[in-house]
Amino acid sequence: MAAVAPRIRANSRALLHWCRRNPVTAFGFGIIIGLGILGLLAPLVAPYDPYALNPANRMRPPSWDHLFGTGIFGEDIFSRVLYGIRIDFGIGLGAVAFGLVAGSSVGVFAGYYGGKIDEVLMRLMDIVAAFPGFILAMAIAGVLGPSIPNLIIAIAFVNVPVYARLSRSRFLVIRSSLYAMAARGVGASDMRILAWHLLPNSLAPIFVQSTLQCGWAILDAAGLSFIGLGVHLPTPEWGVMIGLGAPRIISGQWWISFFPGLAIAITVMGFNLIGDGLQDLLDPKRW
Amino acid sequence: MISFVARRLLLLVPVLLGVTVVTFTLTRIIPGNPIDLMVSPLADAETRERIAENAGLNDPLWEQYFRYIWGVVNGDFGDSFVTSQPVLDDLTSRFMPTFELTLFAMLVAIALAVPLGIASAVWRGTWIDHISRLLAVFGVAMPVFWVSLVAIYVFFFLLHWLPAPQGRISVVVAPPDSITGLFVVDSLLSGNWPALRSSFQSILMPACVLAFAAMAPLARMTRASMIEALESDYTRAARAMGLPERSIVFRHALRNAILPVITMIAIVYGYLLGGVVLVENVFAWPGLGRYVYNAIASSDYPALQGFILYSTTVYVLLFLLVDILYVLLDPRVRI
Repeated sequence: MAAVAPRIRANSRALLHWCRRNPVTAFGFGIIIGLGILGLLAPLVAPYDPYALNPANRMRPPSWDHLFGTGIFGEDIFSRVLYGIRIDFGIGLGAVAFGLVAGSSVGVFAGYYGGKIDEVLMRLMDIVAAFPGFILAMAIAGVLGPSIPNLIIAIAFVNVPVYARLSRSRFLVIRSSLYAMAARGVGASDMRILAWHLLPNSLAPIFVQSTLQCGWAILDAAGLSFIGLGVHLPTPEWGVMIGLGAPRIISGQWWISFFPGLAIAITVMGFNLIGDGLQDLLDPKRW
Repeated sequence: MISFVARRLLLLVPVLLGVTVVTFTLTRIIPGNPIDLMVSPLADAETRERIAENAGLNDPLWEQYFRYIWGVVNGDFGDSFVTSQPVLDDLTSRFMPTFELTLFAMLVAIALAVPLGIASAVWRGTWIDHISRLLAVFGVAMPVFWVSLVAIYVFFFLLHWLPAPQGRISVVVAPPDSITGLFVVDSLLSGNWPALRSSFQSILMPACVLAFAAMAPLARMTRASMIEALESDYTRAARAMGLPERSIVFRHALRNAILPVITMIAIVYGYLLGGVVLVENVFAWPGLGRYVYNAIASSDYPALQGFILYSTTVYVLLFLLVDILYVLLDPRVRI
C-alpha cells in the first residue's frame, strides 16, 4: 500500500511533463474529456428539459435565459446541445468500436492464415473500399431505415476495410516475431496465439487510427442525420438540430444551426488533435 | 502503355462485379418485399402476383442477379420509381451540374492547398506553417453542410455579397446555350455576360465551401511529401552544387513530391462525392446529390442502386487515371 502514493505522484509528474511536451495533443484530450464530463453531467448542467417545447418562446436569439437561443418549437438549444454530447459521442464511439472489432478480426484472420483465406478476405475489403465512404454509408442507412443502431452499423461497415488492412499489415510483421514462434514452440493453439500474443501487440496503430476515425464517424453521422437518414426528431442529435435550423438561415436565425455545428467542429477537432498527436509518436514526420 | 491500361481495366472487372453484388444485395435486404414499393397497398393479391412475376421477383436470386448484371452491362439500370425515367438517363442529365461543382471546388482547393503545403514545408516551424496547420485542423473538423449554412448567413444575410441558394443560375436569368454543359464555361464561351455573372455568383459559395473541406488533406500531404523530398539525398546534392533555392524547391523537390499529392487528389475527390450530396441539398444544386437524396427519401431503390454504381465507377476510374498519370510522370514506375 505504501508504495502506491509515490507511484501515483511519479505518474502524474510524468503526465504533466508529457502534456508540456505535447500541448496540442493535451489540448485535444482536454476537449474530449471536458465534453465527456459535460455530457455525463448533462441533467445537472442543462438549464431546461431538452425535450420541452415552449411555443410562446420560439426562435429567440441567445440571451442570459437561453444561452444559445431557442429553436423553432421554442426548445432550449443550449440544453439540447449538452444532451447531444451523449448521442453523438455514443454514435462515434459505437461506430468505431464496431468497425474496429469487425475490421481487426478480419485483418488478423487474413494475416494469420494467409493463402487463399487472406486473398479472399482482402479482395472483399477492396470491394468495400472501392465505394466512396459517405455514399455507401448513405445507401446502407437508407436501406436499413433511420435509427441510431442502423446509423452505427452503416458507419462502422464503411470503416471495416481501414482496420482490416491496418491490422493485417501489422500482423504480417509480428507473425514471424520470436515471441509468436516461442508460443508455438511450447504448444499454444492458433486461437491462443492470436488472442493473447498477436492481437495485443498489433493494437497501438489501430488505436491511433480509431481516434481519428471517431471524428470522422461523428461527422458522417451528423451528415446522415442532416439529410434525414440518421437520428430522428426529437432526439437531440447535432446533425438533426442543424438540419432543423437550415431553412431559417436565410431569414437570419443563425443560432439554431450554429451552436450544434460548433459543438461538432470542436468535438471532431478534439479527436483529430489526439489522433494526430499519437500518430506523431509513431511517425514523427507527419504534421 | 496500351497493354498496361488494358490490364488495369481488366483488373477493374472483379471489383466492379463485387460492387454490383453489394448494390444488388442492398436492395434485397430491405425490410419487407420490394413488391410493396412497386404496387399500391390497395392492390389485390392477384395483381401483386402478376407484377411480381413480370418483374421477375419470383425467380431464384442468382437469376435475378444475372438479369440485373445483364441490364447494367447493356446500360439498363432499371427505371426510377419516382420519375419513371430510365435511371441512367436521370443520372447522366444530373452528372454535369455535379461535375461542374466538384471541378471548381477541386481547382480552388488545389490552387490554395498546394502552395500552402509547399510554403509550410519550406518554412517549417514558422508562422505560415502554424497558420496552415490551424486551417487544416479546422477544415477537416467542420461539417461541410454547417460551413455552407454559416457562409450563407455571412455572405447573403449579413453582407449581401452573394445571392441566396438558387441552384446553378438565378431563375430570372436564362441559362447559357449548352456547349460543354458547364454553365460558367458555356456562358464564357458564348459571351453571355448576364449568365456568366449569375452562374459564377451561384457556384462561388458551394464550390468554396467544398474546397475548404478538401484543402486540409491536400495541404497536409503536400507538406509531408515536400519535407521528405527536401531532406533527400538529391536535394542535398543539388544544394552542394550551389543551385539556387528556387530551383531546388520547384524543379527538384516539387517534381518528386507531387506524386503522392496526385493520389491524395483522387482520394479527396471521392470524399467530395460524399460531401457534395450535403452541399447540393443546402444550395438547391440540381445535381446527383439532390437526386440521390430524393431517391432515398422516397425509397426509390433503382435510382439509389444506379447512383451508387455510377459514382463508384467514376471513383474507381479516377484511381485508374491516377495510376496512368503515375506512369507518365515517374519514369521509375515501369510498366
